[in-house]
Amino acid sequence: MTQIEGIGASPGIAIGKALVIEREERVTRGRLLADPTEIAREIEQYRFAVRRSIAEIRGILDTARPDTDSADILEVQIELLGDPQMERDVVQKISTGMKTAYDATLETVGEITELFHGLEDNYIRERSADIQDMGNRLLRNLEGAAEPALSAEAGTILVAWDLAPSHTLTLDTSRVNGLLTGAGGRTSHAAIIARSRGLAAVVGFGEAIQGITPGDTIILDGETGTVIIDPEPAVLDTYTTRQQAQQAKAALLHALRGKPSVTQDGWAVPLLANVASMADLNLVQAYGGEGVGLLRTELLFMDRDTMPTEEEQFSFYKSIARHTKGKPLTIRTLDLGGDKPLPYLPLPAEENPALGYRAIRVCLREPDIFLPQLKAILRASAWGKVKVLFPMISTVAEVREARALLDEAKRQLTREGVGFNKEIPVGVMIEVPAAAYIADLLAREVDFFSIGTNDLVQYMLAADRMNPRVAGLYDPFHPAVIRLLQFVVQQAQRQLVRVSLCGEMASDPLATLLLIGLGVDELSANPASIPLVKNTVVSHTRSAAQALAKRVLTMDNAAQIRACLEEAIS
Amino acid sequence: MMTKDYTLTAPDGIHARPATALIRLVRTFQSDVRMKKDGREVQLNSILQILGLVPKAGDTVTVTVSGPDEGAAFEALDAFFTKEFAHV
Repeated sequence: MTQIEGIGASPGIAIGKALVIEREERVTRGRLLADPTEIAREIEQYRFAVRRSIAEIRGILDTARPDTDSADILEVQIELLGDPQMERDVVQKISTGMKTAYDATLETVGEITELFHGLEDNYIRERSADIQDMGNRLLRNLEGAAEPALSAEAGTILVAWDLAPSHTLTLDTSRVNGLLTGAGGRTSHAAIIARSRGLAAVVGFGEAIQGITPGDTIILDGETGTVIIDPEPAVLDTYTTRQQAQQAKAALLHALRGKPSVTQDGWAVPLLANVASMADLNLVQAYGGEGVGLLRTELLFMDRDTMPTEEEQFSFYKSIARHTKGKPLTIRTLDLGGDKPLPYLPLPAEENPALGYRAIRVCLREPDIFLPQLKAILRASAWGKVKVLFPMISTVAEVREARALLDEAKRQLTREGVGFNKEIPVGVMIEVPAAAYIADLLAREVDFFSIGTNDLVQYMLAADRMNPRVAGLYDPFHPAVIRLLQFVVQQAQRQLVRVSLCGEMASDPLATLLLIGLGVDELSANPASIPLVKNTVVSHTRSAAQALAKRVLTMDNAAQIRACLEEAIS
Repeated sequence: MMTKDYTLTAPDGIHARPATALIRLVRTFQSDVRMKKDGREVQLNSILQILGLVPKAGDTVTVTVSGPDEGAAFEALDAFFTKEFAHV
């Protein structure tokens, strides 16, 4: 038994036998052409192979009737095959470089793939796989070989270095349980096809793919990226059980997706999602989220040498706003500290980063970072229901300072003649206990609260949940936490400030009724948790949740509270 | 010669699918059509060249049309960039 991690690209657990597609390795042959007659012949051969390849693709489009996504990819391939730049390059290599059509094509395709690989844009980079597929088809036709037919038996895990459209189209994927590729990322063709067909997939598995032989039993978890080759019986049993649980969950998801999140007595509890990238956003729709309750912006700033410009940030926020399609989108300003230093923002390492110079504390002192972000968020507010959220607030003064900078950003945009929503709602994270205790004072300053339970619980209980020795002390159901949540909600309600909750607690169906009962207005969860949380919302009444919260508030320990909540939802 | 600037509003910019649609549209005219971004100009007949410009959402591109049917081509391209493009 071997266990190796790849990149989870399409969720689900798949178990099956490996069908291995051999990697097409081609090398130039090095023969040089002798005379103009040969040159003319090779150019004609190249053009013939292009025509033949296009005819093959048209044939697939006509007979296989692929789904829209695949048809689009094939149409793009037709354009790539007929591309004038490629033709120019190949013909030049043949006529002046005296190379054969085969070598000239192989080299040109290699150069183009290389070029696309080097581009900064993820999407375009992964199109190099489409170019490679186009090239393979062309080269096969130059060799005069026919298209290989693939056939899978039921319960197959397709294993390949990379899966090209031609593979997935000539194959009946209804018999395939999952995909495993050595190359590719989350937007590769294999990943896109897997998600659109609901197949589990792990990509970016690397050279480890060589270790798989046809017929091996394989387990893959498309959520975590874990792949197990030749599992022991006990492991196989565990995954089979998990697979069944997931299938049951998938059925539930399907049944609940279009259903509004309303309690049985008619109280709406909007379920939004926590998102950090465009990829996450697709999951929000798949799982039936009603908008983005927390857009983390840190990813945009990480893994790069310079700060993202206002323009870059705007383009990202705007994409998210447009894809959120009129539903609410809360953008949290930068939440970074000394534990994640950036090359363009050198922050000293700290003894205690959780209590250090981070998030709003940094932003207020670095207007060169904060103002462009605020301007980009404001500009995106012209494209959707955008709200802005300040993290790590612990004093009223910080809110006022942040708002003053927001006003400055608005003034600059007005001067530049750029449109934005002048009434953009402003909120603060309630994650520092001090902020929770002055909820009444903060409520006067803002339009909404977003309670971040992960940090709040860790600060309140003085326990780091990543430290195994004290992780047991970290418990969001500690009576202290529940009392403080009740206080925050009450103070907010008095001043008509809406309360959202965006920590892990929002994703835990065990907490759902308690939070509704305490008066939390909306929850922002991990996309995949939304169906389970929604299931709890729609199966109970708000009045029962309120009675439950009252009972829980009389209890003196987390174990008792958990037991009580478990009983309520079972 | 006719020319106009467009700010790309489609969330994914001009990716492979709209680039294909764009080339096929240009091909129905005789005029020479070019697109420029950040000082680099390409002819709108090559999907490789268009993708090579990496035209992303928020980018501004300049489209230039010249030739016997430039009026009609310009109009069709204008409709593409202002209306259809958002949906392809």
